[in-house]
Amino acid sequence: MGKTLAEKILSDKSHGDAKAGDIVIADVDLVFLQDTTGPLAIKQFKESGFESIAKPQRAIIFLDHAAPSPHRQLSNDHAFLRSFAKETGCFLYEVGSGVCHQLVAENFASPGDIIVGSDSHAVTAGALGAFATGMGSSDTAVALALGKTWLRVPESFLIALDGTFPKGVDAKDFILYLIGQIRADGATYKALEFGGQGLARLNMSQRLTIANMAVEAGAKVGLFPSDNVTFRFLAAQSRGDSYRPLHPDDHAEYEQTMHLNLAQIEPMVSLPHSVDNVLPVSKAKGVKIQQVFIGTCTNGRLEDLAIAAGILQGRKRHPDTRLLIAPASRQVLAQAIERGYISSLIESGGVVLPPGCAACLGLHQGVLGDGEACLSTANRNFRGRMGNPEAMIYLASPATAAASAIAGEITDPREVM
Amino acid sequence: MANAVLRGRAIKVGDNISTDLIIPGRFAHLRSNLPELAKHVLEDTLPTFTSRVSHGDFLVAGENFGLGSSREHAFVVIKTSGVSAILAKSVARIFFRNAINQGLPILLCDTDRISDGDELEINTTDGHVTNLTSGIRLSCSKIPPLMSAILEEGGLIPYIKKHKEFLFQN
Repeated sequence: MGKTLAEKILSDKSHGDAKAGDIVIADVDLVFLQDTTGPLAIKQFKESGFESIAKPQRAIIFLDHAAPSPHRQLSNDHAFLRSFAKETGCFLYEVGSGVCHQLVAENFASPGDIIVGSDSHAVTAGALGAFATGMGSSDTAVALALGKTWLRVPESFLIALDGTFPKGVDAKDFILYLIGQIRADGATYKALEFGGQGLARLNMSQRLTIANMAVEAGAKVGLFPSDNVTFRFLAAQSRGDSYRPLHPDDHAEYEQTMHLNLAQIEPMVSLPHSVDNVLPVSKAKGVKIQQVFIGTCTNGRLEDLAIAAGILQGRKRHPDTRLLIAPASRQVLAQAIERGYISSLIESGGVVLPPGCAACLGLHQGVLGDGEACLSTANRNFRGRMGNPEAMIYLASPATAAASAIAGEITDPREVM
Repeated sequence: MANAVLRGRAIKVGDNISTDLIIPGRFAHLRSNLPELAKHVLEDTLPTFTSRVSHGDFLVAGENFGLGSSREHAFVVIKTSGVSAILAKSVARIFFRNAINQGLPILLCDTDRISDGDELEINTTDGHVTNLTSGIRLSCSKIPPLMSAILEEGGLIPYIKKHKEFLFQN
């Protein structure tokens, strides 16, 4: 019997024959913590009686969610994380480095790895063929201590892609469409595995966007096989030697197979207050928007900023619409400056925030007012997500976000491109 | 682990209660002060929760309870409020693990058969719920043995503290 990507990676890392439904104890290649869930994990780590980290060189702490800190208590949490990093020898990414998931993709994730992060969007690294999944603080603490975790081997859905995106349509529109089809709990405990002829034409930035939102369909991982795109991305990050081929077997068994033609996707928007509440942008046109937020682990990469800058160049944001931009990492920011994207964005009236999670989770840097609507390129629009339960959050692509910032209302990007 | 038979009152919430609704990100500065954080549990969706809940109550939810963020604090504040078990039609993956890791029973059953305020008796050993108000008996889905073992020890940290490793063999 052939194996899915999930079964292959978990067989390898549990040194056995892992089949969907089995429970395995697997070696963990990378454990990471972020600043709002990390302090509890460290307290639990200490409580568990372990004094040292199993693999300190593969344990990373990211200060990204509240960065720079907007609160005295969060500053104290940061200090606590810094001192733990010094004590144990694990590496810490300071404020301003970027979002954990982007930094994991740039610097750590490789095909076939198992990655555990104390953040649900740890699934992002699935774009590189890593079995990467989010866990709570207890599980992350134990992964730090043992260098292992337990996993139920998930059944997989094969999402077979064909075609290429039409103009104005991108990975975000596709993943929103897919979540609309699967629904927010349709893939609970499952692996989403992407395949098909269309895959070769998806760049790493697009794959990261898609894998990032697998959890919004309930999935445990969103996995891509490795290929030339993976190799070129790793080589550009000076990590070409960490490439390895990873493909599902020909006769792998999938619980479900969905065939999707990327050429048939149109710009999509997710309406408040659930990610699977998805419509084509053409059916949500005209909704007034007070804030546009471009960034996050979903859509804060160089390619995303290039699209937004391309639309906004020489144009101005609508006077009633604030425009916030948060590059996903320092590398993204530096390259966006070099290529002139940042100039275009600030000349259009945009505010550039430090690399990090920024406004996404409602802590700071763009908390919404009562009754306000935000069009965001992030991955969640749950009620209260951006700091105010009386606000409305719409999710869309960077192109739709840029077009809507100009018009001051939800706008189909194809109208301005 | 808690007693095999628990008795308490149902407090109902709806479908798709996200971790952002359980404990919003805007209170992230209180995450190192759990008693203070717990004062805000469910306040955006059921503002009466903290005044209504009493020790031993059950939180009864619909589909996809606890979707979203991995913040274990969302589970911890429910536990801190006095809730002794969670019942739901379905639970998001990370939240389900967090519940077991915190040593509190989380049972999957048809919660449409439970109304707000019903008196329930839960048998966590054989996995069934008796609705003492309506007389209906509901069976719950089973959890894997490793999860039961973690629950038995009162959660993942006590389990690891005692055993130093996962006892389960591949």
